[in-house]
Amino acid sequence: MKIEIRHLSKRFGTVEAVSDVSFAVEEGELLGLLGPSGSGKTTVLRIIAGLETPSTGDILIDSVRVNDLPAQRRNIGFVFQHYALFKHLTVFHNVAFGLKIKKWRRAEMAQRVSDLLRLMGLEALADRYPHQLSGGQRQRVAIARALAPKPSVLLLDEPFGAVDAKVRQELREWLIRLHDDLNVTSLFVTHDQEEAMEVSDRIIVFAKGHLEQVGSPADVYEEPATEFVARFIGSMNILEAKVTNGKAKVGSMEFPVSEFPDGQQVQVGFRPYYVKVSEDPARFRQQARLRHVYFLGVAYRLEIETDDGVILRSRMNKEEYRQCKFEVGQPVSYAITHFRILPQEGKPGAFLQPPQPPESGPFTP
Amino acid sequence: MRKLLIAIVWLYFGILLIGPLAYLCRQAMSDGVAAFWGEITRPEAVHGFKLTTEITVIVLVLNLIFGTVTALVLARQQFKGRTLLSGLIDLPFAVSPVIAGFMLVLLFGPETLLGMFFGALDIKVLFAMPAMVLATLFVTFPFVVRELTPVLQTLGKAGEESARTLGANEWQVFLKVTLPAVRWGLVYGATLTIARAIGEFGAVLVVSGNVLLLTQTATLHIYQSYVDFNYVGAYAVAMVLIVVSFAILTVLEVARVRATAGDS
Repeated sequence: MKIEIRHLSKRFGTVEAVSDVSFAVEEGELLGLLGPSGSGKTTVLRIIAGLETPSTGDILIDSVRVNDLPAQRRNIGFVFQHYALFKHLTVFHNVAFGLKIKKWRRAEMAQRVSDLLRLMGLEALADRYPHQLSGGQRQRVAIARALAPKPSVLLLDEPFGAVDAKVRQELREWLIRLHDDLNVTSLFVTHDQEEAMEVSDRIIVFAKGHLEQVGSPADVYEEPATEFVARFIGSMNILEAKVTNGKAKVGSMEFPVSEFPDGQQVQVGFRPYYVKVSEDPARFRQQARLRHVYFLGVAYRLEIETDDGVILRSRMNKEEYRQCKFEVGQPVSYAITHFRILPQEGKPGAFLQPPQPPESGPFTP
Repeated sequence: MRKLLIAIVWLYFGILLIGPLAYLCRQAMSDGVAAFWGEITRPEAVHGFKLTTEITVIVLVLNLIFGTVTALVLARQQFKGRTLLSGLIDLPFAVSPVIAGFMLVLLFGPETLLGMFFGALDIKVLFAMPAMVLATLFVTFPFVVRELTPVLQTLGKAGEESARTLGANEWQVFLKVTLPAVRWGLVYGATLTIARAIGEFGAVLVVSGNVLLLTQTATLHIYQSYVDFNYVGAYAVAMVLIVVSFAILTVLEVARVRATAGDS
């Protein structure tokens, strides 16, 4: 079912946890609410579920306004961050809880529960109690329990926050598959941008109770709509500069920004993989010194200090890196192949792409 | 050194607990089992046991209901005066039971508004069952609330909230989720209430008037027998109460272990 949020605000005392947020979750979509802790994303989720009442604004599920429906009548599945399983009930009875409340017939209930347990790979654990399960298993029980009464919408609050990294990865992939199979409209909250990117069809970025951007993971990553999104999602080099003669200058680096008037203060942003580094001082025109190399598994992150004393991060894949034979402390040359001017408070950003130079010939922005 | 410390602990327990207990048992039986039996089946003693049981049951039921409600409100609701109420819960521990009894006597005395009100309705509060129940309630009030509030706080709201999203109404949430989760805490609080209600003396003495065969509870009967030089009678009834206390202690211990084991 489709969920619509219209001009939602929530105040706790004098604190505005959510301010004027509007968005929609399309039928069958898997949508991620991403933001740092305290950004209001969990509050939004709880308001949709009916666990909090909004100060203003409307919630529509399948075009019906549900503001005045209590949680138990919204037909929503909610998965809590710390599972919130019923400790005194077995896995079977945890999953059956909602069905018992809704007075399902015994045989149908047993069928539904065992179907779900099979789907979740939990059939062998039906008689266990929650304390006898691992974190990942508990999480799956929690999801099975939420899905059992056939909710119109599934809401997940930091679903993988409490399990270790390896299990988290498995659960993410598993959730994507589950969503593909069941196609239930789902909304999940996370503070982990990688998780949001990987799992969501679309991402909504939150900061300080405001909605910052809505878009596909690629949109949000490649074209951040606000400075906050640019800083929060992925890694980005951000430099402050003043425009003079149509160029933003940072030391010896110059970025052509003819759209901006002279004297304006701008923020120049570029992802680490747009910083090309070579051990050959003649390869690129800009000079720097290699300060650190971090091994990331699939790639390397290089930290260079330019001759003007600016620290930049660069990312290189393994093959590239191995061809270069870097030594920490050595002089290197570098070039910045793409950049953008970050949007400032209230103003849209500009996505600027300098003439493509790249691999051949030195390029100086 | 270690042995000395252990010996000191034994001695301490011996003087304070084991010695008096052993002596009590011996004295209760000093005139033989028949005399013991005679003492605890005397009409006064039987009446005392009966009255104590009645008061205890009424107080227990009231405490379970209102104690649970109070704990739920204190643990789950934010409201003005919450801190004040939480602070007041311990008041009965700080106030001597005798003073508690006097407060009731003053409150329900024949000259007060309340006293006149009940007097006009011809309901006897003081020197009767109602005042004895009230006095016992006052001294036992903290037990259930104090046991349950922290258990509810640690338990958190998430379990109750997930039951709600699964379609449960407030009553179902309480019966199927909250109550099972805190049941051992409740048993613990209930046992403490029973133990205290059975043993209460001071507050009840003041408000009951200690009328033979009317308002004389088991503890008051012990006191009366002692004052009347009926030592075997006092010891015999005391011993019955001690045995009951031991049974309660056992339940208490089990409940405490279960409650702290987080119910798993």
